[in-house]
This record gives sequence, C-alpha cells and structure tokens, in this order.
Amino acid sequence: MSAPPVVSKQASSAKASRAPGVAFIFKKALISALVALVLFSLMIGVRTEAGPVGQLIYWTRFGDLAAMVATVFGGSIVVELLRQWWGPVGTIRVVPAPVQSALSFAGRLVAPVLLVFTFLVPVIFYDQRYILDLGILVLTYVMLGWGLNVVVGLAGLLDLGYVAFYAVGAYSYALLATNFGLSFWVCLPLAGILAAFWGMMLGFPVLRLRGDYLAIVTLAFGEIIRLVIINWQSLTGGPNGISGIPRPTMFGIPLSPGDDGLAARLGIEFSPTHRIVFLFYLILALALLTNWVTIRLRRLPIGRAWEALREDEVACRALGINTTTTKLTAFATGAMFGGFAGAFFATRQGFISPESFTFQESALVLAIVVLGGMGSQLGVALAALAMIGGFELFRGFDQYRMLVFGIAMVLLMIWRPRGLIGHRAPTVFLERNQAISSDLVKEGHG
Amino acid sequence: MSGDHILSVDHLSMRFGGIVAVNDLSFGAERKKITALIGPNGAGKTTVFNCITGFYKPSGGSIRLTHDDGRHIQLERLNDFRISKLARVARTFQNIRLFPGMTALENLMVAQHNALMRASGLTFLGLIGAPSWRKAEAHAIDLARTWLDRIGLLDRADDAAGNLPYGDQRRLEIARAMCTEPALLCLDEPAAGLNARESAALSELLLSIRADQGTSILLIEHDMSVVMEISDHVVVMDYGVKIAEGSPQQVRDDPKVIAAYLGADEEEAIAVMESGT
Repeated sequence: MSAPPVVSKQASSAKASRAPGVAFIFKKALISALVALVLFSLMIGVRTEAGPVGQLIYWTRFGDLAAMVATVFGGSIVVELLRQWWGPVGTIRVVPAPVQSALSFAGRLVAPVLLVFTFLVPVIFYDQRYILDLGILVLTYVMLGWGLNVVVGLAGLLDLGYVAFYAVGAYSYALLATNFGLSFWVCLPLAGILAAFWGMMLGFPVLRLRGDYLAIVTLAFGEIIRLVIINWQSLTGGPNGISGIPRPTMFGIPLSPGDDGLAARLGIEFSPTHRIVFLFYLILALALLTNWVTIRLRRLPIGRAWEALREDEVACRALGINTTTTKLTAFATGAMFGGFAGAFFATRQGFISPESFTFQESALVLAIVVLGGMGSQLGVALAALAMIGGFELFRGFDQYRMLVFGIAMVLLMIWRPRGLIGHRAPTVFLERNQAISSDLVKEGHG
Repeated sequence: MSGDHILSVDHLSMRFGGIVAVNDLSFGAERKKITALIGPNGAGKTTVFNCITGFYKPSGGSIRLTHDDGRHIQLERLNDFRISKLARVARTFQNIRLFPGMTALENLMVAQHNALMRASGLTFLGLIGAPSWRKAEAHAIDLARTWLDRIGLLDRADDAAGNLPYGDQRRLEIARAMCTEPALLCLDEPAAGLNARESAALSELLLSIRADQGTSILLIEHDMSVVMEISDHVVVMDYGVKIAEGSPQQVRDDPKVIAAYLGADEEEAIAVMESGT
C-alpha cells in the first residue's frame, strides 16, 4: 500500500488536503483492478471439477470475474477517498481538543475498569460455564504474554520458542504430581524454577547471537523440547501424554463432592462450577503476580539494564553492565512465568500431551506481545483479550475466522505499527511522568 | 616514564590481519590531569581507546592502570564490562551512544547499575522494597540530579534522551560516564559537532570534572581550541605510532606535528622528521 499523497503543510483547510486529484485516485483504482483481474482470472474466472469418470470438466464464470474486478475498482476508489478524509494525515486536526482530553481520560481508566471487571466475571457469569472457561483461557494467555514481554518487550531478545518453558512447567507439575504425589502448591514454585533453569540453558548458547539467528535458535529450542517429550516415552508417555493429573486444592481442601470437600465443609451444595471459579481466580492471581513482579523489576536496576540492553548493548558494556547475566536473567525470568502458566495449564486440563505445545502457541503468544505494543503491560492484556476472545467471537463463521483475523492484523499493523500501546512509560522521573514516543524506543536487535 | 601516571601504555600494538593500526605505542596519562590524544584521521586514536576500554584485545604490549591506593590493574587482561566495573575506566563514544528511548534521568540511573545492583541485594531486597534499597535509590537519583544540574539539563530530566539536541546529548553522555564514578574518563571526540559556544561550555565542564572529582581524563579530540585550552599533556599519533608528546605549546611548535597535520608529502615529512630527531 503506497503512502497517502503528500499534502503541503501550508494547506490548512480541509478542502485543500482532499485536493490530490481524480487522476491519482483513478489510476490507483485501475492498477488495483488490473491486479485483481490477474489474480482472480484463474481462481474465479475458470471453474474446474472432476467429472464422473475422472475427466476434467471446466466452465467459465466471466460474469463473477467482472463483478469481482468491478468491486475492487469501486472499493479502491472508496478506500482512497476515506483515507483522504479520515486518514492519518489530518487526524489530529480533525479530532477536537475536548474529545481528545476525554479520550486520554478514558485511556487512563481502561486498566482499573478492566481489572475490576475481571474480578467480577465469575460473579456476573456464574451460570455460564463457557464464558468462565474462555476467561480462564484469556487469562492464561495474558500471563504468557506478560512473561514473554520480559524477554521480547523489555530485553529486546526475540524468542520464538517460548512454548518450551510452558511445556517444561506443565510436564514438571504433571510428573511430580503423578509420580511423587506432591501437591499443586509445592509443584508450582518447582515448575517455575525448572522452567527458569531451562531458560538459562537456552540462554547460554544464544548469548552471542542476534536478530534472525537468535530467533532461529530459540525456534529450534522449542521444537527440541517438544520432540524430547514425544520420544522419551518411558518418562513422559510420549504422544499419549499424561492423564490423571491431580486437580488443585484450595490449600489442601479438595474441591470435590466428597465429605472432606470444600462444599461439604462450608455446608453448601456442591457444584462443579466451584472448581472453575477457583481456577479463574487462581490464574488471575498468577497473572497479577507476573504483572506486579514485572512492574517492580522495571524499576529495579536489573529491569533498567534489560531496557538499556534493548536500546544499546555496546553502551551497556561501556557502563560496566554484565550483558551475559543480564540476558540470562531476562530469559530465566520470562521462562519462570511461562513455567507457572504451564503448571496451571496442567492442573486445569488434567491431561497434557505434546500437541498442546506446538510452535503455533509460541507464535500466538509472540503475536500478543507484538500486537499489544512491546513492553506495555496493558497493551499485552488488551491484545490477549482481542486475540483469544476475538477468535472465539468468530467461531460461528468458521471458514472466515482466519480471514477476519488476518485482515484485522494487517489493519492494525498499518494504523499502529508499534502495537496497541506503542509508547513507553519511564521507570523513574523527577517532575513529569511523560510517555516516550515509540519512534525513539528501540525494538532490540537480538 | 616519570611522574604519577594513572595509565601507562607500554609498547601497545594492535593488528587487524595485515594492517597495523597501532604500532609499539607507549605513553602515559598523569593522575588528575587531562591528557589529549591527537592526530590526523586514521592515525589509530580510536583503536587505542578501544584497547584501553576493553572493546579490542591488543595484539601486544601492556596497559596498566594504577589506582589512587597504588593498586595495579593490567587492562589488557580484563575484558568487556569488567574494565568499567573493576578498573573504573569509563568512556564515551565518537558517535553518541545514549539509550535514546529512555529519559535523561534513566540514562544516568543505568550508569549506576553496579552500585544499585549491590544495594538492591541482587534484586531480591529491591523486590520487597527494603528500606536500605529505597535509601540507595534516593541517593542514586540525587547523584543523577546533581549531574543533570551540572550539565544544565535539570529541566529536561524527564525527556527522552533521543529528543535532546545534539550538544545536550554529548554532555549527557559525559554525565552518564561520570555517574559510574570512574577513576579514568576516556572521551572520544567530545567536541565533535559542537559550535564554539558549546565547545567552550564543554571545556569548562571537563576542567570542573578534573578539579571537583579529581578524575583523570584522556581525550581524543580534533578541535584544537579545546585541546590547547584544557590539556595538560598532549600525545600526537600518526599512522599508528607516536610522533610527539609534551605540553600543548611544545606540541604546537613541533615540526613533525605540523608536517603530519598539514599533510606534507612523504619525502618532505621524512626530511622534517629527520631534522627533528
């Protein structure tokens, strides 16, 4: 997509900015129509099918083709006109000041409102199991996004194998619980520690790599973990996975219909929803812990060193910052949160298999971080909600789901190339806590 | 070499493949003095800097740093961040390397990383918000504030470093290096791209650093007005070797230096050199 026509800065009236002519729009529409003609001539223009005895039957649909090309031609003109009226060129001038201040006020309210709403979800939707399950799923991805945000958003290290730590956490809990009968609350920190350990293991070989090379090695690491899980049948059960993973207890009190269950003890009637609500608050607490620790770390020297590393590694070394340990702690911290999320995943599902830990999961979590705006906690939460929740919204239109998803991603990247919340909040300030424009913030180099 | 040298470079050589960038260079930088390293473009000045600050490993020779308490450190044996952390040698870069997406204040806080890391109990004390950590952080902000005030950027403390004007960025980079509380400050062309007023302010800043902090300064500079005004000792390099050293006055009148700078052709230069020795 080409840039909108350049408007001279002196042309202050709205009319002048619409000026660039009919010829330009017409030419652009014509080119689009031509591209559409070439693309669709075979896809729509000719229809092929296998006949009753396997022979090729084909017929032409030039009417449909002409309609398609005409739609593209007309659509291109409409889009171009819309771009000139509402496009990024004059956006700031068009939106009146009171609306802008109202928007920024609303922007500040988003996080608290979202948090309160999340707390109330199990109360409001108590009867709707589907919504509660969806909420748990979204929160799991919020937590994974926040965990990966430490590595990608803060330290600027592109990690395509994040799902490996999710898997390590899940299998750590599953194996410790099924083999040694350890409780969820003992296994949770262990799963985090084991995942952090594997984060360091990954960190060592990739210390000297940057950019694309780092991405490839982390991608391979994710696959290695998955393949080991599949092939080490005696330990992990291979492709059959591990079943019968114990459900979490509320600090020793099981959420079961039995006499020692929570419902019996409280003297209320047992309902399977209790466990779902408990799981909801459990993942909410874990996600908020991740958020709190990350916000806290950003204001500590280690967090500032991560961000400095993203900005300029050479300058970090000149200031006496040990870039090796800084990178390793970033990997370990991100991996630890992934491990927590994995342990939660295992206890929620009760069954895990390698199929849950494919590259697609890594890509999804990375997309959440990038869409949210690298480094922004609120942005990541919003992106997780949009990606996972939005995906569910379109479940009805099964075949168009990916199409809508793709278009939404493209549009978002055109309008907000640095993610939903692209600016960076400073970690310390003397007088004014002002956001830093995304133009200045580096994306990291590896 | 006589005198109280904080830095002694002995027979330093640096080769890149067949190219000899620095050849058997020896010089010293005196404690609490400003030493300038000058020479035409491509003379190997920045290579010397990179050897001193650990970005290159020298092919030969020794670089010894002597601290105030008489402790010797062989810089060529340390690498990377340890030069700044253990030997307390700070540097700035020819092309400014600030953290552009962080505020001026944050830049100075990052520079105090090692001190703050200890104070935060390797993050754990800081995570629980221990009082000792809060005190250390307040102290670090105070130090940063002091330096911002000294370079005249206090009112822009909360602006992104990448948004500052060029001259301010240069001064901020020096302040950032000073926040590591170095014994030796190495400046790579600090006056490059500054106008006359800004270079005068820079000279003042460097003189005040030497006077107030007692930091020894080693600088590479092309701006002769700055070099002549503030240097106590000047070392002149050309084609990787030292061709002269002495006080600014001595160096200015040295025929070899004049030949090197005016680009006398080779035979003439040799003639001048021979007549000089």
